[in-house]
Amino acid sequence: MFFYYLQLAVRSFRRNRVLTVLMVLTLGLGIGASITTLTVLKLLSGDPLPTRSARLFTPVINPWAADSEGAVEQMPRWWGDMMSYTDAMSLLHARKAKRQAVTTLTKARIAPTKPGTYPFFGGGVLTTPDFFAMFDVPFAYGGGWSAQDGENRARVVVISSALNNRLFAGRDSVGKMLRVNDHEYRIIGVLKPWAPQPRFYALNFGDTYGDGDAVYLPLQSARANHMLPTNYSCWGPANTAHMETSPCAWVNLWVEFEHAADARAYKQFLKHYVQQQMALGRLHQPRVWLYSLTGFLDREQVVPSDLRLQTNLAFGFLLICIVNTVGLLLAKCLWRSREIGVRRAMGAMRRMIFAQYMVESAIVGITGGVLGLVFAELGLLAIRHQPASYAHLAHLDPSMFAATFAVALVASLIAGLLPAWRACVVVPAPQLKSI
Amino acid sequence: MQIKPILSALRHHKAGTILIAVQIALTLAIVCNALFIIQQRVTQLSRSSGVDEAHLIRIQNQWVGTDDKDIGPLMKADLDTLRRLPGVVDAYATNTTPLSNGGWSTGMSLKPGSKGERTMTAIYFADNHTLNTLGLKLVAGRNFHASEVAPHMPHDTLQPPQVIVTKALADKLFPGGQAVGKSVYLGDKPSIIVGVVARLQVPWVGGWASNWEGQSTLVPRQLMMGGANFVVRVKDGQLGKIERAAPAALLASDRMRVIADDHGVMTFTQMRQDVYKRDRGMAILMGVICLVLLGITAAGIVGLTSFWVGQRRKQIGVRRALGATRHDILSYFLTENLLIGVTGVVMGVLLAMGMNQWLMQAFEMQRISWLWVAGGVIVLLLLGQAAVLAPAMRASRVPPVVATRTV
Repeated sequence: MFFYYLQLAVRSFRRNRVLTVLMVLTLGLGIGASITTLTVLKLLSGDPLPTRSARLFTPVINPWAADSEGAVEQMPRWWGDMMSYTDAMSLLHARKAKRQAVTTLTKARIAPTKPGTYPFFGGGVLTTPDFFAMFDVPFAYGGGWSAQDGENRARVVVISSALNNRLFAGRDSVGKMLRVNDHEYRIIGVLKPWAPQPRFYALNFGDTYGDGDAVYLPLQSARANHMLPTNYSCWGPANTAHMETSPCAWVNLWVEFEHAADARAYKQFLKHYVQQQMALGRLHQPRVWLYSLTGFLDREQVVPSDLRLQTNLAFGFLLICIVNTVGLLLAKCLWRSREIGVRRAMGAMRRMIFAQYMVESAIVGITGGVLGLVFAELGLLAIRHQPASYAHLAHLDPSMFAATFAVALVASLIAGLLPAWRACVVVPAPQLKSI
Repeated sequence: MQIKPILSALRHHKAGTILIAVQIALTLAIVCNALFIIQQRVTQLSRSSGVDEAHLIRIQNQWVGTDDKDIGPLMKADLDTLRRLPGVVDAYATNTTPLSNGGWSTGMSLKPGSKGERTMTAIYFADNHTLNTLGLKLVAGRNFHASEVAPHMPHDTLQPPQVIVTKALADKLFPGGQAVGKSVYLGDKPSIIVGVVARLQVPWVGGWASNWEGQSTLVPRQLMMGGANFVVRVKDGQLGKIERAAPAALLASDRMRVIADDHGVMTFTQMRQDVYKRDRGMAILMGVICLVLLGITAAGIVGLTSFWVGQRRKQIGVRRALGATRHDILSYFLTENLLIGVTGVVMGVLLAMGMNQWLMQAFEMQRISWLWVAGGVIVLLLLGQAAVLAPAMRASRVPPVVATRTV
């Protein structure tokens, strides 16, 4: 029976070629636009560390003076949800979580020693030892540094696999020296390729998406060599030679708990810490925040609002395409009232007519889906040529591929319902009369 | 033209009529809002930065192997090199420029320290060559003197004795009053406003700085921190030449520096394109979507009307046989479409307003003006009429003899 319906459908498509092409094209455009924007949205709102994110949190406390409330109200994100060094290190040393790390980002000037090569810039993560274990950073060679190395201002560095490929042709470079910002650092670890998307650990310090940072340095060692964070907010006269004691926020603190539920206790600890510091006169604002990793991504509006707007627009577009396809299918099917009349008179049941028309819609839908896939690939190709930092990551993944067909099929079946219903309620007698 | 027979005919095609009306309504809602977004983006990206963009180049330079305290002479030597190049009008070194989307902002107050209300301003490091290089127009007061320009080390507090502010900032700080000669505070010590320039946009082009995008301050300081942005103004027609000659001259004078290959040397025209790329992309995308939507809606109308015409060939034949002219038939279908269209746009206007309301809440858009909605209504009605024209013409050509055949 199904094949008979298929045959009928093909014959009907042949009869109204323009109308058929129009339907498939409309549906294809709508699906293509929706899938393109959805893919980018999924890419940008993805979880950078799916296995760990539920247990990773970042605390924020308000370092501003009592009388600057107005300024804070005016610019809620003025200080970029960063923390002052003093507070971050106090909380780090309190060791109230399973693991904790203080992070910030610098623009590292890397000078290869090979003659004839010139210095270049790379992302430099300044952090504390737990960073690697906490974020599950994979090492190819060597490993990270100890808390002692940090305290001693040891000049050690962990480099990315990309930098290792560039400078040492991918060989084990542990023990070799690297010149960063005019100081010699000993390489103690080489990473495997690692670039979480988005780069959650440096959200307020530069590009949100990218190929990963080049070097990882102990925070205190790098600061001893005057490396500066790429972003800092100050609420008083700043002295960048002594960022540690300046009234400035320029680091993030990340903590990992054994269970996500430990966050509640940690927040109490934070409140307690702030009250203590207020009693000492160091802090003035009692509010504290503890964001989960995904909560922090939301807070920092990692997904550009333009993109959400585009996605909504694309679905509005798809809706119009579906309405249009319903209209065209309806026109086509009413055109064939006589044919239906004949089939009914010859004994076809209503549900058979219904099934026949649904098969026809499904074919339109699947063809539209294939076309939509082509349009989506074209759309993503266009996005890969955009200047955004996430551009080169935009690819159609298998789940989106499946989603395309699900959307196409559902859309076409919805579009087919009304015409199919109208077709099966056609009363045969009047149709036959007029033949 | 009689409306009543049309209405009773439409009653026989409820589903089709409703579908076309709904499609027109949805299209109107989306097209109005999309056009409005286009207009907003275009306004945004055609704002003036206040500087002579057509003749400006920015060179991002980092010195290698130098302590911040030794940068002074290097900066001076580099500026001399740049200013001596044939084809260069003037040059200066700064921390940032308009259209760069990154820089230094702070609160400016009329009282010392952290007391008093603070007005947001962008800080541009400048010297006595800055006004001439950027092509800024002084509307009151004077330029910096060479003697006022001093180095600023990273650990210094920024509180220069003199500043030049933009008119927007002066008006905000001293509404209706003279700003030149008045004191303002960046820290604990006062800064005297010595000059006011007509316009200088802040480095950030969107979002958080949009409420104070004209409030900039020039400080007579040279930032001694790792590197510098050199801004070079060139004579007419020399842009391409200097774009290559300037970095070459700098590298020739001293190899110990980094000028990045990709964005190290940029004309302000390129910077404007770069910084507004996303806005322009959005405007183009919206435009394409509008066109495609209008096309799809038109195709839908053509499809359904063609079917109606085909279905009613016999009735048309009867009417023609009873004396209706071809013109009568044509205007019958046009009126029918107009009725559906008007129903559609009425729904569409409500939908467009609702959608705008939602956009205002979710995406901080502004309220759409009636002009855009009215424009959308006219476009869609005209589109409907144009789409129905071909099928209606075909209908009007149905010969009366059709009626006599199979009745």
